[in-house]
Amino acid sequence: MPIPTPFHERTAPLCTSLRWKEWAGYYAVCSFDTSHEREYYALRHAAGLIDVSPLFKYEVTGPDAGAFLAHVTVKDVRKLAVGQSTYLCWCDDRGFVVDDGTVTRFEGDVYRLTAAEPSWAWLLRYARGFDVEIEDSSGRIGALSLQGPFARRVLADCCDADLAQMKFFCGQRADLGGTSVWVSRTGYTGDLGYEVWAAADQALPVWDALIDAGRPHGLEPAALDAMDITRVEAGFIMNGVDYFSAHHCMIDAQKSTPYELGLGWTVQLERDPFVGQAALQAEKRRGPSRKLAGLVVDWDEYEAMFNEHDLPPDVCSHAWRDGVPVYAKGGRQIGKATSGAWSPLLKQNLALADLEAEFAAVGTKVDFEVTVEYERRRVTATVSRKPFYDPERKRS
Amino acid sequence: METTTEPLTSTQASKRHYDAIIVGGGHNGLVCAAYLAKAGKDVLVLERRHVLGGAAVSEELYPGFTYSVCSYVVSLFRPHIIRDLDLAKHGLDLIPLEASFLPLHEGEGLCRWSDPHLTRREVERFSKKDAETLPEFSMAMSKLARTAKQVIDNPAPDPTSLDPRELIKLLRLGKDMQELDPDLQYLNHKLMTMSAVDFLDLWFENETLKSPMSVSGIIGTFLGIRSPGSAYVLLHHYMGEIDGAFRSWGFSRGGTGQVSLSCARAAKSFGAEIVTQSPVAKIEVQNGRAKGVVLANGDELTAKVVISGCDPRLTFMGLVGEEHLDGEFVKQITRYKFRGSSGKVNLALDSLPDFACRPGAGPHLRGDIAIAPSFEYLERAYDEAKYGDFSSRPYLNVVIPSLVDPTVAPPGKHVVSCFVQYAPYAIKEGPEHWPQRREAFGDAVVDTLAEYCPGLHDKILHRQVLSPWDLEQEFGLTEGNIFHGELSLEQLLFLRPVAGWSRYKTPVKNLWMCASGTHPGGGIMGAPGELAAKSLLSTREL
Repeated sequence: MPIPTPFHERTAPLCTSLRWKEWAGYYAVCSFDTSHEREYYALRHAAGLIDVSPLFKYEVTGPDAGAFLAHVTVKDVRKLAVGQSTYLCWCDDRGFVVDDGTVTRFEGDVYRLTAAEPSWAWLLRYARGFDVEIEDSSGRIGALSLQGPFARRVLADCCDADLAQMKFFCGQRADLGGTSVWVSRTGYTGDLGYEVWAAADQALPVWDALIDAGRPHGLEPAALDAMDITRVEAGFIMNGVDYFSAHHCMIDAQKSTPYELGLGWTVQLERDPFVGQAALQAEKRRGPSRKLAGLVVDWDEYEAMFNEHDLPPDVCSHAWRDGVPVYAKGGRQIGKATSGAWSPLLKQNLALADLEAEFAAVGTKVDFEVTVEYERRRVTATVSRKPFYDPERKRS
Repeated sequence: METTTEPLTSTQASKRHYDAIIVGGGHNGLVCAAYLAKAGKDVLVLERRHVLGGAAVSEELYPGFTYSVCSYVVSLFRPHIIRDLDLAKHGLDLIPLEASFLPLHEGEGLCRWSDPHLTRREVERFSKKDAETLPEFSMAMSKLARTAKQVIDNPAPDPTSLDPRELIKLLRLGKDMQELDPDLQYLNHKLMTMSAVDFLDLWFENETLKSPMSVSGIIGTFLGIRSPGSAYVLLHHYMGEIDGAFRSWGFSRGGTGQVSLSCARAAKSFGAEIVTQSPVAKIEVQNGRAKGVVLANGDELTAKVVISGCDPRLTFMGLVGEEHLDGEFVKQITRYKFRGSSGKVNLALDSLPDFACRPGAGPHLRGDIAIAPSFEYLERAYDEAKYGDFSSRPYLNVVIPSLVDPTVAPPGKHVVSCFVQYAPYAIKEGPEHWPQRREAFGDAVVDTLAEYCPGLHDKILHRQVLSPWDLEQEFGLTEGNIFHGELSLEQLLFLRPVAGWSRYKTPVKNLWMCASGTHPGGGIMGAPGELAAKSLLSTREL
């Protein structure tokens, strides 16, 4: 039975659709209205405010905090400047990904790790020998993601953070409507955006201040259905959807290495020993046998299949995450698409797919399975560069 | 969106000779330019004004507020053009309207939503029978719209020709029609011949529902809701396509001018040259052949073909000149009906308008808002126009794009676009007297809206009033017709603009047409521009 997040008192009355789902043991809104459309367009054209409190959060402190996180994750987080965040993953001894998340360095020896799954016990297992304390702060911190081209203007109207100076993946402590919060320039939509972290008992005034400041800028409360489309457009993978934590896999074939997931760029191999290092070195040498690719499904072929039935082409308005087989052009199966969405913004039918490496080069044509009138058919899809959507303002 | 350091337009053509010169930088001219440039042709677009877009134009006429000055919503823009020209990459971005709201003086008014159950409950308050008939009606119209889509995506077939290719096209159309249920075929014939009111009467009993639906049949034409032939435009509302699905209307982010600018960026990316502030004085014709254009500043430019993005009257009577045309053709062009019947009022507001019948900033304001409370109201509005006056209480179609697109107004402030009918071009004093009537016309519009939105007058920071006369003078729309000529049945398909010349070609050799005065007509559709370019490319003229 899920429990409410710290923002539930505000989100519940707004959720007129009664469309909720469970996210990490919490009630999370799917869409406030029966359709997520308004929220999607707000995220892409104005700003959206998403309750992301269900993320797991761990405060890692002590003289060895940095060394410890560098040991359990694939990145040497000691190189982070104070206030800086970074995206990374962590692996088991065999180099299979356990989870992905962000690490933020608040002060010299004070870090926070976010995760999609409960990770305290796993972290603790590797803490022996490090002078470090690990606190599961998941329940005591509420988090809001403020995303969209107008996010900076909304925040500027209610928060004293130095936004003009705050670079991508940086953050600072600030006052937001009378509450002390941490603001980081991070998010899961691939656009300009911020995440606001506040003590759970201070969550409501933070929500209120952001909503009040945001309304004149077109801010809308947004939720998971809308965010799911934006994260596909941004080409971001999701644990439990596009890959599975090594902890939950029955067989190796279900596991993934960072290189297979396109997270090789997060791995800093040549340094002090860290969990999975040897296996990852070998994997890098060998080259991954599979790769996560972005696919764009050919529209003309897709439309033609519907036309054969005298039907208008139907695109699902939601992001999907039930796997779809992918084949070599006219040939055997070479992988699966794990999630996808029609992008109203790009006017493209997008998918993220796990493919045999030789088929994952940008420009490669593959066959993608679609079902039209209960018939399984194949349509051409082209491996495309990710992120599909990457506005300059995200970083500028 | 792609950012280029090079400016999109210049004010001086870089050369003297081109493959094709397009007169007018409206959205169709730009679509045509993009297709021709994509095919490797050397294309120049000449725009008279300082901004591109023609009637699909965004302008900041009051600091911080961007108006979609003329056309204000997008529905029929062809999805394959978006793909062919990569317009999403070039900044085209459409946001669907959420609702259609009819405010009333009594009760809460009527709102139709994309959520069918919500709509059913709304309509039930007026008629339970109509509420359950509405989805049936929508399904029938969607099926007819599927057939109509074939018509607008192809050049009009020529029924007078015995050319097998023409016969095949006709047959194909007939076959599509034949494949419909007989009921639907009959319905289609009724749709083509009846008035909007009579057609809706076949389905519905309640006037509050029918009234705002009926007006779609009169937009841009000088017809009343009971004039025969006004029904078929109802179909347009079921022909819009956004994201593959057949659905209705959308806002263009940054105003409708962004549609044109995205086409311009596409054209430019393919190598077209676009020049603004370059009015064309005339199309140079020698021995029945277009040779080029003469600019207002006297510059002469030559081209293999000249393509007019202007309406047929302006093109032939204005730019070509009667002396180069046959008498019969001239007669047809002069008889082609414009009869502008609508105007436009754009408002910059200090805060959101508040409707007395449904107060507050609800989702009902995020779509279009119709002031069309009853048939009688609409008929009285038409009556005044018939006798040479603008309607003192006109039909309004109002949108507030700033609610979904904060780029068009400062925070908390709003732009309100009011499409107004009737505003006849030929007022009884004579059209040239519109400038003296303009503000009274604007007052009538604001007063009408204020009857539903108390306090509206006090919120107005700036007002732009466009009469049909202004549309003609400023945008080159003859008699202020927003569609380059009425979209009445006798001016459609193979009859647009005149019988025998519906294929973008003209009696003047090497002179082509590419805008709303050709098949399939007006609206931000892009189809005339695309079909003209493709027709031209299939010849040896280029």
